[in-house]
Amino acid sequence: MKTVFQKPKSLQDNKFHYCPGCTHGIIHRLIAECLDEMDIREKTIGICPVGCSVLAYDYFNFDTLEAAHGRAPAIGTAIKRLLPDRFVFTYQGDGDLASIGMGEIVHASLRGEKITTFFINNTLYGMTGGQMAPTTLLGQVATTCPYGRKAEWEGYPAHMAELLAGNEGAAYICRTAVNSPANVMKTKKAIKKALEVQQRGLGFSMVEILSTCPTNWGLNPVEAMKWMEDKMFPTYPLGEFKCVE
Amino acid sequence: MDRVLMKGNEALAEGAILAGCRGFFGYPITPSSEIAEYMARKMPTIGGVFVQAESELAAINMVYGGSSAGFRVMTASSGPGISLKQEGISFLSEGELPCVVVNVSRGGPGLGGIQPSQADYFQATRGGGHGDYHTIVVAPSGVQEMMDLTMQAFYWADYHRIPVMIMLEGTLGNLMEPITVREPVTEFVDKPWATNGCKDRAPNVMNTLHLDSDFLEKRNHHLQAKYEKIQQECKRAETFMIEDADIVIVAFGLMGRIAKKSVSEARKQGVKAGLIRPITLWPFPDDVIKSAAQTAKRFLSVEINMGQMIEDIKLAIEGRVPVEFYGRIGISPNPEEISRQIINIAAREGWI
Repeated sequence: MKTVFQKPKSLQDNKFHYCPGCTHGIIHRLIAECLDEMDIREKTIGICPVGCSVLAYDYFNFDTLEAAHGRAPAIGTAIKRLLPDRFVFTYQGDGDLASIGMGEIVHASLRGEKITTFFINNTLYGMTGGQMAPTTLLGQVATTCPYGRKAEWEGYPAHMAELLAGNEGAAYICRTAVNSPANVMKTKKAIKKALEVQQRGLGFSMVEILSTCPTNWGLNPVEAMKWMEDKMFPTYPLGEFKCVE
Repeated sequence: MDRVLMKGNEALAEGAILAGCRGFFGYPITPSSEIAEYMARKMPTIGGVFVQAESELAAINMVYGGSSAGFRVMTASSGPGISLKQEGISFLSEGELPCVVVNVSRGGPGLGGIQPSQADYFQATRGGGHGDYHTIVVAPSGVQEMMDLTMQAFYWADYHRIPVMIMLEGTLGNLMEPITVREPVTEFVDKPWATNGCKDRAPNVMNTLHLDSDFLEKRNHHLQAKYEKIQQECKRAETFMIEDADIVIVAFGLMGRIAKKSVSEARKQGVKAGLIRPITLWPFPDDVIKSAAQTAKRFLSVEINMGQMIEDIKLAIEGRVPVEFYGRIGISPNPEEISRQIINIAAREGWI
């Protein structure tokens, strides 16, 4: 019998703990598929964040580190500088990357660190129970902006792809979504491109991936996908923001 | 071996390089910046990595990454910067990641001052960050020791899989003395746990999250067993004229060096004084102190702070002999000041 579909070698044979309708599982798989296809699993070091994907090291089947909240790009910097022929990526949520880790991600990109960041934007802190993140949309309700995010109280959403694309050290910055099969495939292409940018030593690369959080959004999985399209796409437009060839 | 005139900070940095340190991650802060500047000049010439981090938080996490990748790595800072590094040092401790952290101490609290200080003794010896852990802490008192203890620190770090802190005063960093430069280290401890790519082996994970409470407790017992072993193997102290001493001065680092002169002066004045200079602050050399307490009538802890190590001395002595304290902050006491203290105690107690 011909095998037409199988688990990537870069994923362990563990069940994801993620909530129904959460897209972390899709993104883990896309990364794993790209590493397999590029045959770089054994040369890859992944750095996991604090957040829902804190246990990503239980799913990836290659060397991984668990970082303190927000510090993955600093950890990645040292590993890549000391082991320049390895592939180093950070996997970070929006609280991790855009709030407590804003300094690390901005400076890693300014220095042009030859690492890749997968930035999962679901507009809030998932693991801690749905608090406001820097990426929370204006008007969106979260447990720490219970009246809806107001610009005059909580300020404006962070546009990380746009922000980092302005840094000279950034070679590839892209925003994708995993709301549809077509966008999942585009996300995979972006992930691979980011890793290829790292392979070519062009500089820092990041793929911001719009993701869902049905649990904390209070929606079912199907509604959550629609909410992403209706609410997130207008604030966070998809596309490539920087691509150094 | 060559005898060369060297500055303390340079001897420390050279000691690190001789010990095989190939990654330095720093952030400027007085009075530690000279170490980073030295490493910035040197690392690119020996195939090493120097990164000026965007913050102390980033610097200590670069240490976490570099250590986890299997390299000998180091950072250096001072008071406020060391406070910022504490989260990272806690992670390094639980990850059992070897590294060397240098604290060229300054007075606090807050921004404090940049003069010599030993006010970070509690922070250094009690762990400093969150959770039940210790780091090995060494306190050099001269330029030769700056090199030797740095090399020892890297060995202990690798051998015991633990962060090692070198604590010194800015004065020592700027001191120039003739020293013997050591041979480069050529034998290293294997690091099969390193996260450096899983070619031909199962993946390694560097993780400090243990949601299972039984496992967390097991981890803590594991760490405590390691600390017990370190307590048995790593205590170091210099003693000076303690055999017949009525009064034993306990002082470390720069203060230990100064107090040695005071002890000689007190002896000239007819007071039987002696000195114990802890070289490791953790593990604290309580054995030497305990044994001196069998014959000494009094202890005097001399520190450049408001009285911190005195607690460890009292714990070692267990109430058998009175322990007094003399300390300054923002300024290091001079030898005459301390010998006067010693003589005053001797006169008060009717020994002279």
